[in-house]
Amino acid sequence: MSRVSTAPLRLVTRDDRAVQLPSNSSLPSIESEAQLRGLLGALSGVDAVGAEARAAKLATRSLKKSTKLAALDLAISMVDLTTLEGADTPGRVTSLCAKALHPDANAPEVPSVAAVCVYPDLVAHARTVLGASTVKVAAVATAFPSGRASMAVKVLDVKEALDAGADEIDMVIDRGAFLAGRYGQVFDEVVAIKELCGATHLKVILEVGELKTYDNVRRASWLAMLAGADFIKTSTGKVGVSATLPTALVMLESVRDFAEATGLRVGVKVAGGIRSAKDALRYLVVVNETAGSSWLTPDGFRFGASSLLNDLLMQRLKQHRGAYVRPDEFSGD
Amino acid sequence: MSTERLEVRKTFKLLINGAFPRSESGRTYEVTAASGTFLANVAQASRKDVRDAVVAARAAQASWWSQSAYHRGQVIYRLAEMAESRRDELAEHVALSEGLRARASQLSVARAIDRVVWYAGWSDKIAQVFGGANPVAGPYFNFSLPVPSGVVGVIADQDSSLEAFVDAVCAPIAAGNAVVVLASEQRPTPAVLLGEMTATSDVPSGVLNILTGRTGELAPTLCAHEDVDGVDLSGVNEAFADELALLAAGSIKRVLRPGRGDASLARLRAFLETSTVWHTIGQ
Amino acid sequence: MSDDLTQSRLGAMTYDPAPESAAIVTFRDAYGLFIDGRFTDPSSHDSFATINPATETVLARVALASASDVDVAVKAARRAYETTWSKLSGAQRAKYLYRIARLIQERSRELAVAETLDNGKPIRESRDVDVPLAAAHFFYYAGWADKLEFAGYGAKPTALGVAGQIIPWNFPLLMAAWKLAPALAAGNTCVLKPAETTPLTALLLAEILQQADLPPGVVNIITGDGTTGSALVDHPGVDKIAFTGSTEVGRLIQERVAASHKGLTLELGGKGANIVFEDAPVDEMIEGIIDGIFFNQGHVCCAGSRLLVQESIADDVLRRLVRRVDQLRVGDPLDKNTDVGAINSAAQLARINELAAYGEHEGATRYTSTCVLPDKGYWFAPTVFADVAQSHRIAREEIFGPVLSVLTFRTPDEAVAKANNTKYGLACGVWSEKGSRTLWVAQRLRAGVIWANTYNRFDPTSPFGGVRESGFGREGGRHGLEAYLDVH
Repeated sequence: MSRVSTAPLRLVTRDDRAVQLPSNSSLPSIESEAQLRGLLGALSGVDAVGAEARAAKLATRSLKKSTKLAALDLAISMVDLTTLEGADTPGRVTSLCAKALHPDANAPEVPSVAAVCVYPDLVAHARTVLGASTVKVAAVATAFPSGRASMAVKVLDVKEALDAGADEIDMVIDRGAFLAGRYGQVFDEVVAIKELCGATHLKVILEVGELKTYDNVRRASWLAMLAGADFIKTSTGKVGVSATLPTALVMLESVRDFAEATGLRVGVKVAGGIRSAKDALRYLVVVNETAGSSWLTPDGFRFGASSLLNDLLMQRLKQHRGAYVRPDEFSGD
Repeated sequence: MSTERLEVRKTFKLLINGAFPRSESGRTYEVTAASGTFLANVAQASRKDVRDAVVAARAAQASWWSQSAYHRGQVIYRLAEMAESRRDELAEHVALSEGLRARASQLSVARAIDRVVWYAGWSDKIAQVFGGANPVAGPYFNFSLPVPSGVVGVIADQDSSLEAFVDAVCAPIAAGNAVVVLASEQRPTPAVLLGEMTATSDVPSGVLNILTGRTGELAPTLCAHEDVDGVDLSGVNEAFADELALLAAGSIKRVLRPGRGDASLARLRAFLETSTVWHTIGQ
Repeated sequence: MSDDLTQSRLGAMTYDPAPESAAIVTFRDAYGLFIDGRFTDPSSHDSFATINPATETVLARVALASASDVDVAVKAARRAYETTWSKLSGAQRAKYLYRIARLIQERSRELAVAETLDNGKPIRESRDVDVPLAAAHFFYYAGWADKLEFAGYGAKPTALGVAGQIIPWNFPLLMAAWKLAPALAAGNTCVLKPAETTPLTALLLAEILQQADLPPGVVNIITGDGTTGSALVDHPGVDKIAFTGSTEVGRLIQERVAASHKGLTLELGGKGANIVFEDAPVDEMIEGIIDGIFFNQGHVCCAGSRLLVQESIADDVLRRLVRRVDQLRVGDPLDKNTDVGAINSAAQLARINELAAYGEHEGATRYTSTCVLPDKGYWFAPTVFADVAQSHRIAREEIFGPVLSVLTFRTPDEAVAKANNTKYGLACGVWSEKGSRTLWVAQRLRAGVIWANTYNRFDPTSPFGGVRESGFGREGGRHGLEAYLDVH
């Protein structure tokens, strides 16, 4: 005779869908390179075929009507409007900041972007133009994009950006050290920069295009988070391969698991090669279905982009007007 | 005053990397029909064109091989679709080039198109026919897979302007190679037409490159080129083949001698390598 | 870092309905039997309705073929075999098959919508899996038609003659392709009987065969019920029977043809074990488990319906699994965002409910998704049973629905023993990053298909079929030709 279950019927509740967060939120302490290596080595591997298949399936989600409109506005509010060219001038930054504040001249209801992203020597000017708006000033620093300089130079780079008034710092990890297995060195550098930043929001750029494998992306994500990153970021946008949907998937899985382990929420920024609204919405779907609601805000997810903003505006306008729109509707910068 | 419509005459150019350039040398040569009448001025390729074609083939080959076999089959089938839709044009050129009557040239073209279809169906069968698991004596999973040699140089048959050309280029392409082919010197136009059809068949740029010109001038360059992995010598006589085979030996090329391509699946096998993998089996 | 950390709800961003339009497909009010190249009335004028299981509305009426209709169809197939099809060269047969493949590609959206309406499966799956694979199957076998001498069956393998083919309701168009393509490539003619609840895409395929100018009688499609199938199995003019369906019916068929000389291949049920080792790539493994049992609503003979998870990670896997199950979007199959569609019939739903209820009765711990099910139609919320024992019915019987039974193991040989402890032997999955162990396990599993670090992958080049009571014979690949050649 089979047993009849005496336990109450356990139904999956909406809360069980959530990412469970422990009540004590704190970074575990890392005492040694060996301990760090052990921790990183114990992480689950990523099956590339499976990760890419999952990302491709999520990319088939169809966002229509009010979902699409809401997602477009959300995406706009998550943009870090970026200019990182050798030829940048104060004039260029002025235009960028104006666009960041009011992306669509004809539609004041369009949200401002999250931040502008510039080189450290243009932070002060951006700060002046933006004044006391909600748009943050993010500076790339630590010998961006290569990271190939002494620690002293990198520290000075960050200090100058902070002194000029940057709200956020986007640093790069030393990929050479990472690929050579010197995880402790990479870790220490992030810890040092975070200490310098204090309460200033630190994004750590992994440069996934140079890390190559998803296993490396997972490890680098955890390394950066354990070292105190507020955000992990895919790319500098300056090398051949930048953000991809499967990479973002792996990073979002990592931040989700990290939050469950430590109670701390680390955001994800995707940067480089995201030009179309369609792409941006695909990323939002991945955020939605991997990490969930806590990450569907500018404090949880960002797009580092420049031309993306106009495509978001175009799609937004198309939804309202019902016809395809010409690019000249919006300012070029 | 004549009321007869003047036709727009065609220039027959090379096919290199998906584009149709003239020879970098600027040369052309006269091609006549079998009857002796003028047919066309055809681009006369130079050694530098051979070099450029090999570069294009090499650049295209890895990506062609990384497509699924199914996809390669689809592309080759589409080439057949294109050829079928332009079969009258092909038949006209085969007739003129080979001195055939209309019916015979139409049959020749029909056979050639059917051969393209035959090869389309090979791409996803090759691994099953030429590969397999090997029951080694030990706890290993061992399997052999056929992989393409890489860049294949083809000297096409001089007389059969389309049928033999199709065999010589479709076999290596179905197997995942990229091809640089020297078309028949005197009867090149059907091959050039087929090349045009690759442009509308989703054949990626560089997978098939077609050079027209003097076989005697170009064949040695192709056969000595170190970045060519194999050569098909169908279009030369035995004596010249000996010379070319000697040149090919310099970089250990795979060589398909004239007349050998008709043996069972020889053309498919000639430019395939076998890659065997061992993997331990254990808890 | 944020101070106001709250629980992060997965799927918090809701998706508005994104329905695929059904307007692209127009069903006739009534379909006849497709015999000898045209649609004809059945002798008895009997018909029955086929419905959309998501809405319970009638889609069309189809003919019920009687034994005499079966006789007419078989005779048409025989005539076509003798006068036409066997006289064509392989290259000519190939061309017909290529045409059919291309037509399926061209009409793919229409076929996908039709499949979703008649079967209940999500449009994403009919669009991205069923229809493309069906076209690919015809393309692949087209290429064998003129290369049979290289297939490893001798220099001049010949066809068997007339093939009687009976297919199930879970992948209606795809199963039709799996049956027809190799049979035709090998030179046989066919009488195909689609499943009772899903005849429509086979009938659209009949229209495609007409568009391809396939000679009349080469393929005959006769709709009907179990009696139609029996008549086909029993007909002396059929040289070969190919059946995909339940083991119960497969057994009956094998008994019926035992004393005849008919060739037989069977593709039957399964209770696939999805084996997860502690070093599995965790996120992809969760997706693989989900795919393994909830793809196609679990209406898959090779479904990974038993999860065998290494005990050391069982709790974590279950937690992640339960969270992931509740994210599955269950609802309107025509909505592009739907993950899990309707159960194909009231009868199947009743069976799933019965077995799920028994699972609780047996003492397993039930986790069921909190998804809201539509009022009309046949629906079952994705369910996971934990703490399942080998002796439980839900570990032994094929449920054929979105129900996963979770068992644990400690060592590789225990995993193998538990996986093999079944009369079935169709498919298994193995999840590990250690290649040698995956291969070691694969070597010892009694299954016709083994997926490593993936699940439910199909390809026309890859032979599919079972061992033991999951049937015999293979579909797909070079091996798939054997069933239709006179080589025994």
